Amino acid sequence: MTKTRAKTVSKTKGRAGRGTLKAADGVIAITVNVNGRDLAMRVTPGEFLLDALRREGFKGVKKGCDNGDCGTCTILLDGKPALSCMLFAAQAHGRRVVTIEGLGTPDRPHPIQAAFVEAGAVQCGFCIPGMVLATKALLDEDPDPDEGAARRALDGNLCRCTGYVKQVEAVLLSAKKVKQAARKGGRP
Amino acid sequence: MNVADKKDFTVVNQRVDKIDSLALACGTAQFTDDVDIRGLLTGRLLYSPHAHARIKRIDTRAAKAVPGVVAVLTHEDLPRVRHTTAGQGYPEPSPYDTLILNDKARYVGDRIAAVAAETPEAAEEALSKIKVDYEVLPAVFDTMEAMKDGAPVVHDEADSKNIPDARHNIAAKFDFEVKETEWFSEADVVVDQWYKTQWAQHCALEPHVTITYLDPEGRLVIRTSTQVPFHVRRVTAQALKIPVKSIRVIKPRIGGGFGSKQEIVLEPVCAALTLATRRPVKIEYTRKETFVSSRTRHPAVVRVKSGARKDGTITDAHMEIYCDNGAYGPHALTVMMCAGSHTIPMYQAKNNRFIGRTVYTNHPVAGAYRGYGATQGFFAWESQMDIMAEKLGMDPLEFRRKNYIRLNEGSPVFKAMGEGREGVEQKITSCGLYACIDRGLAAIRWRERKDANRGQAGAKRRGLGMACLMQGSGIPEVDMASASLKMNEDGSFNLHMGATDLGTGSDTVLAQIAAEVLGITVKDIIVLSSDTDLTPFDVGAYASSTTFISGNAVKKAALHAREQIVKVAARILDVPAEDVELRDGKAVAENGRSCTLSEVANTALYYHDQHQIMGVASHYAQSSPPPFAAHFTEVEVDTETGQVQVLDYVATVDCGTAINPTLAEGQNDGAVLNGISYALAEEMLFSPSGAMVNPSFRDYKIFATTDTPPVKTIIIPTYEPNGPFGAKSVSEIGINGPIPAIANAIYDAVGVRLFEPPFTPEKVLKALKG
Repeated sequence: MTKTRAKTVSKTKGRAGRGTLKAADGVIAITVNVNGRDLAMRVTPGEFLLDALRREGFKGVKKGCDNGDCGTCTILLDGKPALSCMLFAAQAHGRRVVTIEGLGTPDRPHPIQAAFVEAGAVQCGFCIPGMVLATKALLDEDPDPDEGAARRALDGNLCRCTGYVKQVEAVLLSAKKVKQAARKGGRP
Repeated sequence: MNVADKKDFTVVNQRVDKIDSLALACGTAQFTDDVDIRGLLTGRLLYSPHAHARIKRIDTRAAKAVPGVVAVLTHEDLPRVRHTTAGQGYPEPSPYDTLILNDKARYVGDRIAAVAAETPEAAEEALSKIKVDYEVLPAVFDTMEAMKDGAPVVHDEADSKNIPDARHNIAAKFDFEVKETEWFSEADVVVDQWYKTQWAQHCALEPHVTITYLDPEGRLVIRTSTQVPFHVRRVTAQALKIPVKSIRVIKPRIGGGFGSKQEIVLEPVCAALTLATRRPVKIEYTRKETFVSSRTRHPAVVRVKSGARKDGTITDAHMEIYCDNGAYGPHALTVMMCAGSHTIPMYQAKNNRFIGRTVYTNHPVAGAYRGYGATQGFFAWESQMDIMAEKLGMDPLEFRRKNYIRLNEGSPVFKAMGEGREGVEQKITSCGLYACIDRGLAAIRWRERKDANRGQAGAKRRGLGMACLMQGSGIPEVDMASASLKMNEDGSFNLHMGATDLGTGSDTVLAQIAAEVLGITVKDIIVLSSDTDLTPFDVGAYASSTTFISGNAVKKAALHAREQIVKVAARILDVPAEDVELRDGKAVAENGRSCTLSEVANTALYYHDQHQIMGVASHYAQSSPPPFAAHFTEVEVDTETGQVQVLDYVATVDCGTAINPTLAEGQNDGAVLNGISYALAEEMLFSPSGAMVNPSFRDYKIFATTDTPPVKTIIIPTYEPNGPFGAKSVSEIGINGPIPAIANAIYDAVGVRLFEPPFTPEKVLKALKG
């Protein structure tokens, strides 16, 4: 994708001959720590972090509204939940980003991911990466949330499938599972 | 006992984890846009800024000259094939009134041209450079006005088909009457009331998105977010005049649909761009486009005139409905008919009449939406039931209990009203409504709360409301599903089926049904669904059909595979076939000897009388057993601000055997919250010139976690003899309850009845002030 895009840009520029695609002219080299690894990215000034992450293969970051309203593009930026559709990619330079891919994998899921599965909180699943990350941020701050705290933590993450019933349960179950995992000496 | 009729389940009716949920929770599951395709072009659409305008000329020269633009298409570049975008069984009961790109704009947001470019920026620039000469025409926005003589005619073209009365903008009409006595001759009480429901959008979190490309042999591949892959293939072939065999449709994971993706919106135009460029193309709607230019719910104006005797017996049921389809007519006839066919049979009346019209206006296009007319109809009927009960001086619960349809009863409506054609005579073969009401009353503490609310004073008043509901389970004698099960060496199975999981969990539910028959767990079933090259046919995910119809197909396919397994196992175990049972992943003989399914598979594949063990089956249903539900709510109305807060919501549902109780609860929870949000907040708003003014989640409010009241789903088990292991549908019914239940609760709280949702503070306050 990146390669094709870069090639296209230079070709287009050559044809236009006047640098009409200004954004394409000013490619910025940035380094972002994504899921624990430093990643060099070439982005344009107007490019959003959501699009840059997806282009780099982090497809778990979803685009539901592109407008900061739905929460499906939630990532953790320096440990705090952030909407990647509202951040320029360049703003992530030198910072730590965690996407859903950085939390766990199907063969080694994070306790929060396991909790969402067990609680039956996943229907279409499009909102789930954002919700899981919002839960991670909550539990990092408050390992023992009550239902109100769980609801507030997920408030920025819209879902149309579940009525949030089992997702709120999933947050509370996540808290239990994270504590269990910590007791067993696993990762939080 | 025969395995087909077993009731001591090991996999069915169990809370099995949804099979794709871990991959979804880890972000590895792939939705339509989660693939990288080399050379992918961005497709974008140009929309009409006018609600009604003839296109005199389109000049695309400047657009084509934009660097990076590969193709610009208008109606002049495409076959002129009027079709419907409704993903329905063929021949569709919707008018053929749509072109891929239109030569006349019929709403603000109607598509005029399509662009494919190397970058989104180039595509946007090209759109801005397409020059369209419009002749602006008078527009019509009111449902009732549109039917009058002299109203602007939305479809004045000669080549549309199946429009009953284009001159009066009537996209569909249906009338029916069955009466035993003179109208209202036996009624002591008559209530005649009008109701009106609003424009609303599905708001699936994944916007509509389609990627098309040519495979190495030049066949067109459509990777798309759809509920109806086989209908996508057929309609795309029709609209582009290309053979069905030249198209493959792949449905990956889908981010919700709720009916909006039962519509062939993006596939033909995206395919046209690929055919024009020979390149892969993606069209992904923005949230604004999803609101304006995908599909909406048909708003409806409903009149119910009903009569009852003093003893509470309903005598007469007269219903009129006028649905607004907007600019085109997908689902024009069927949504309107379902508004009556799912509601009128709920209570038995001697005289039944239905008058239905669906009209064109210059609004965005309505289509299928969870509830499918029944939502609009039940708002009217379940409000009407409370109004009648009050006039009769009866408890609304007793009034409903006296009249609702019971086990083994039929209704003339079932036969008279199908989906777009005559229906099928049927009797109720399972009904848990009595228990639904009982359990719901107890769960919400109805009596206790009623007592507590007596003599309330102060600005905030509480009230209780309820509603009874039914829906269908698929379209009888129309919908067909099929499945195949192929056995592998390790005793696992590939389950291939056309059925479409759009996030509902149907892949899991159907795997559970197969596993139950084969005595294995879902872990030994590898599900592949909805790939038109690889899986057998299914009409798709709509009409609450998947568990009931696709479930029966899967069960039959599993029984077919089981026969073959038992035969091979009997030979291995040296016992008669009828002595062999399948359980715990083994074939077990009555004498206690057993062999693993792996041994059976290897015997069949390598050792003796070699053959592939494979079950194949189709199913179509002769009846559509309704699920039943009773919803209960308590609300608090702030009489100073008009704010309505739902304090508690209990939704009981009889869906037969819940194949997976967790997923069934999830379906119902989601439907109920969608309904609550629709009742209190959701409405598409339009400017006087017909442009939607709130096409974002900021301005079109759908409930988030902190807005959401406690919602409790209670499953009331029954056993539907025609369903797979006793199951019937669950996915849609829950959305029908909140509007009437909340309307009834508002009335109970403050004595004001509202006839037009959403019940916003403004409306409530206005009503309170009289």
